[in-house]
Parts: sequence; structure tokens; C-alpha cells
Amino acid sequence: MSTVTPAPPAPVALASAPVRFGRLLLSEWTKIRSVRSTVASLGLLVVLTLGFTALLTWLTVSQWSRADPSQQRQLMADPVSTILSSGFQLSQLTICVLGVLVITSEYATGMIRASLLAVPHRVPMLAAKSVVFAVLVFVVGELVAFPSFFIGAAILHGRAPVSLGDPGVLRAVIGSGLYLAVLGLFALAIGGLVRHTAAGITGVIGFVLVLAPLAQLLPGSFGKHVHAYLPSEAGHLIAQAHQGPHDLLTPWQGFGVFCLWTAAALGAAAYLLQRRDA
Amino acid sequence: MIEVDQLSKRFGPVTAVDGLSFAVRPGHVTGFLGPNGAGKSTTMRLILGLDHPNTGTATIGGKRYRDLVEPLRVVGALLEAKAVHTGRSAYNHLLVLAQTQGLPRKRVDEVIDLVGLRDVADKRVGGFSLGMGQRLGLAAALLGDPRVLVLDEPVNGLDPEGIVWVRNLMKYLAGQGRTVFVSSHLMNEMAVTAEQLIVIGRGRLIADCATDEFIARSSQRSVLVKSPDAARLTELITAEGGLVKANNGQALTVGGLPAPRIGELAAREGLVLHELTPQLASLEEAFMELTRDSVEYDSRTSQPAATKIQASPTEGTR
Repeated sequence: MSTVTPAPPAPVALASAPVRFGRLLLSEWTKIRSVRSTVASLGLLVVLTLGFTALLTWLTVSQWSRADPSQQRQLMADPVSTILSSGFQLSQLTICVLGVLVITSEYATGMIRASLLAVPHRVPMLAAKSVVFAVLVFVVGELVAFPSFFIGAAILHGRAPVSLGDPGVLRAVIGSGLYLAVLGLFALAIGGLVRHTAAGITGVIGFVLVLAPLAQLLPGSFGKHVHAYLPSEAGHLIAQAHQGPHDLLTPWQGFGVFCLWTAAALGAAAYLLQRRDA
Repeated sequence: MIEVDQLSKRFGPVTAVDGLSFAVRPGHVTGFLGPNGAGKSTTMRLILGLDHPNTGTATIGGKRYRDLVEPLRVVGALLEAKAVHTGRSAYNHLLVLAQTQGLPRKRVDEVIDLVGLRDVADKRVGGFSLGMGQRLGLAAALLGDPRVLVLDEPVNGLDPEGIVWVRNLMKYLAGQGRTVFVSSHLMNEMAVTAEQLIVIGRGRLIADCATDEFIARSSQRSVLVKSPDAARLTELITAEGGLVKANNGQALTVGGLPAPRIGELAAREGLVLHELTPQLASLEEAFMELTRDSVEYDSRTSQPAATKIQASPTEGTR
């Protein structure tokens, strides 16, 4: 340790912009996979969601005779929605927390300074982080969605048979992964805006869980519209086989609304990331 | 080469950096001194593009930091505050940074060996001591083999062995023709490490000169006088414009008058002197003296807080 000679790496020509963005994707992937809690949370999400889906659909079947006819009709009209939404309860919360943490943990630990020293233009870092996290959540979301569907469909088989070939069902199953991916991005954007873990998680949960029931209390058609266009309410329509009788938006319209919300939040996060002192 | 030109940064009502201009040249270690809150860290953050200046510019080799394409290959930075995710291992932290610049994994291993973190490379950073954290920060700074190093308090938390190691490392890197800009609140550490000094107080430049010159300029600031007629001598010195800073019975510490002048005064009045010794200030004292001046000056008058000392060896009037 007494004599130190930093061996100079061979001089390298400056890489092109796409190559540099590729490096950022690799770096962000290393960031995510090298923090144990993230990996553990995603693993737990898969196991618990499958468990919950099985439990809730089984409860539905076992209570079948006691459910009122309108509930039975609703379930038989769109069984895939029932199967997938029982798992959402848990997985969407996990994704909200992870999405916020992916960025606020950098602020909390000071890592953000190292990140921005490496990428002084800043926005490419946010873009790479968003892409990596969204793809990861999408993959995990599908790893949950397909087994959930098959487990749920098997349990419901006697009451409300459903198969992947039915209209809209495959789209709904894939869509549930899409919904989680965009939800993750939405949470990441909120985390980037507020930069504090607790505030970020509170904000996202507020949007996803608190605002929707509140909006339902608003009177008349106004309340109905506000409710329908809220991010998570609009977004999760993609996980239904078809538009329900009370839905204002079609599945793809709803998902589009959710994407617009997310794009706006990410845009605001990128703008503030540029402007603020780190 | 780091150039700072008329740089200012305000945080609300507080002006952290106030019209600062200086240049840091390659080939030697340049120390960046100032009391707590003088604006050292803020200046470094402005140079590194982490904070946005209100006015002025900071460039590295003629470019703003944010315009550097692969910045870690040009500038290596160690920040005062930790900049590491505590849940990640040292190796993975460096790998994350290396990947952004397209640096090979081999280089990560090299800097880990260089800073002596091999044994703990796979441990999570959260459990690191202050000293280990500093070593990891230095490893990150050296990762891209940069020509310019910006180090904020690099010896903070290091043991004596580590301090000597960092000191030698900085000198070695400067000797290779790199620009090494290092802040510290340990003045004596800078006296043995830095050849050039940039001293700031309250966000303004106080001195920009060679370290030797900085010490020499302040070295005859005070004179120790011992005399049985201390009371009478005090009157004479005060009447002559001198300042008796300390009075310990027969021993006076006098500022503002050179030793020969005090001797002449005593001789004229026929006073006995037992001792007349110019006090050589350490860098620490020189620094305290300078920054105290700037603070006092500011509180008594509405004039600028810091009077810039020109880098000239002949300093008679002040």
C-alpha cells in the first residue's frame, strides 16, 4: 500500500449516444439487482400474489351459494377480471413502494450524487432507470399473471369457466403485467418529484388507494368521470376481458389515460431533476 | 485545469459563494481552505455540476462539467457527504459507476486493490467505517483514471497510516501532471501536502498563492516581548499603533508592530527587555488570523467581508 500506481486504462474513443444509453441501462440493472431488499420484495410478491389469488378465488367459490345473483352474474361475465384483481391488492402495493424506493433510496443514501456525477445530463439516468424498472416489473408481472390466471381458472372452473382463448382474456392477462409496469413508473415519477421515501410512498398510495374511493363520493356524473379518469382506476381496466356495464372507458382507453398520467408525472420529474440542485 | 469565474451561489437569503474567481493548475496539489461554512463544499459542488450557480461559470479544461461526455474519465470526485447506497457492496457500487462509462470490470478490481478494500469488497457499504467509506470514495474518484481530481476532505476519518497514504497518493497523482484540488479544514495537513493554496471565507476569496508564501506572509504577525516594565511598554506600543493581544504579567504578545520597531521604542525610553521574539505562525495560525480578520472587518463595517491579498511577496501595508 506504500507505493501506489493507478494503472491507466487504455484510452478509449468516445462512444456514440446509443452505446452510452446501453451502458446506462446496464448500470441501472446492476443497481437494481445488487440491492437485496428489492430482489427479495419481488420474489415475495410472486409467491404471495399466487397464494392470495388461490385463496380469494377459492373463497368466492366456497361462498357461491350465499353470494347474491348480481355478484354471480358479474363474475360469470368477466371471470378473468376477478381472478387478476384479487392478486392486484397485494402486488400493486408492493410495486408502488418499490417504484418510489428505486429513486428515493438514491436520495436517502446520497447515491444520487454519484449517479449524477457519472451522468451530468441527468435525464438519461432517469430514462434508463425507468426503462429497466418497467421491464423488470413487466416480466415479474407476467410471471405472476399467467400462473395466477391458471390457478384461478382451475378453481373457478365449476362456476365460471374461462380460458385464455376467450375474447379479451389473453389481453387482460398480459395487460395486468402492463398495468403493474406503468404503475411502477408512476410511483418512480412521484418518488423523483418528492425525493423522500415516506412522502413518495404516501403520495402514491394516496393516489392509488385513497383518491379513488373519495372520488366515488363526489355527486352525480361529475364524480363518476373524475373517478373513471384517476390513474389506477383507468389503468386497471386493461386487466378486464371487456368493458363492464358501469365503465366509462374501454380497457385500452383506460390504459391510455393511465399512460398519460404517468408520462406527465415522468416529464415533471425529469424537468425538476434537471433544474434542482442535487 | 479548473477555472472558476465570478461564481456565486445563494441558498435563499444566504450567499454561500460570492463572486469567487480562481484557477487550479495541473502538476501540483492545490489546497482549498476555509472555516466551516465558508463555501468550500458548495464551490466544489458547483464545479461538479451538482448545484447550479446563480452567476458565473466553473469549467474543467475549458468545459462545463455537464458538457463532459464521459465525465468520470476526466474528473474524479470525492464528496464530503457519502454518495453510496448503503445496501450495495463496495464492488457493486464501483461496478455501477464503471458501467456508466464503459469501463471494464478489471478496472473495478484494480481500484479496489489500489485503495486496500479487497477484503471487504463484497460487504455491504452500510457497515463500513468512516475510513473505509473514504477509501471507497477515493476508489470511485480514481475509477476512470481522471486527469482532474476534486477531493472534499479526503483524509476525514482516516487513521494516521491512511492519512499518509492519501497524502502520498495526491502528491504522486499531481506529479504525473494531474490537477489535484483538495479541500481540508486541517491546515497543518495542507502545509505538508499542498503547494498552492486557495483560501476562502464567507464565500469570498481571501488568498490565492503558494503555501510557503502564505505562511511567510503571516509569519511576523506577532512578537513575544518580555520586560519588567511591561505596563509602560504597553502604553508605548499602543500609542505607536500596535496591539497587545495578550498580557501575561511580564510577557506581552504584540501584533501590528515588527520586532525591530518594538526594540527601538524600548531603547528610546530606556526600558529593559528580557526577550524580543518574532513569532512564526503555523499555517493554522496564519489561516485563523486571516479568516478572523475577514469576519471582524465585516461586522464592524459595511465593507466587503474579505480583503483579497495579492499574491506578492512584499506585503508592507495592510
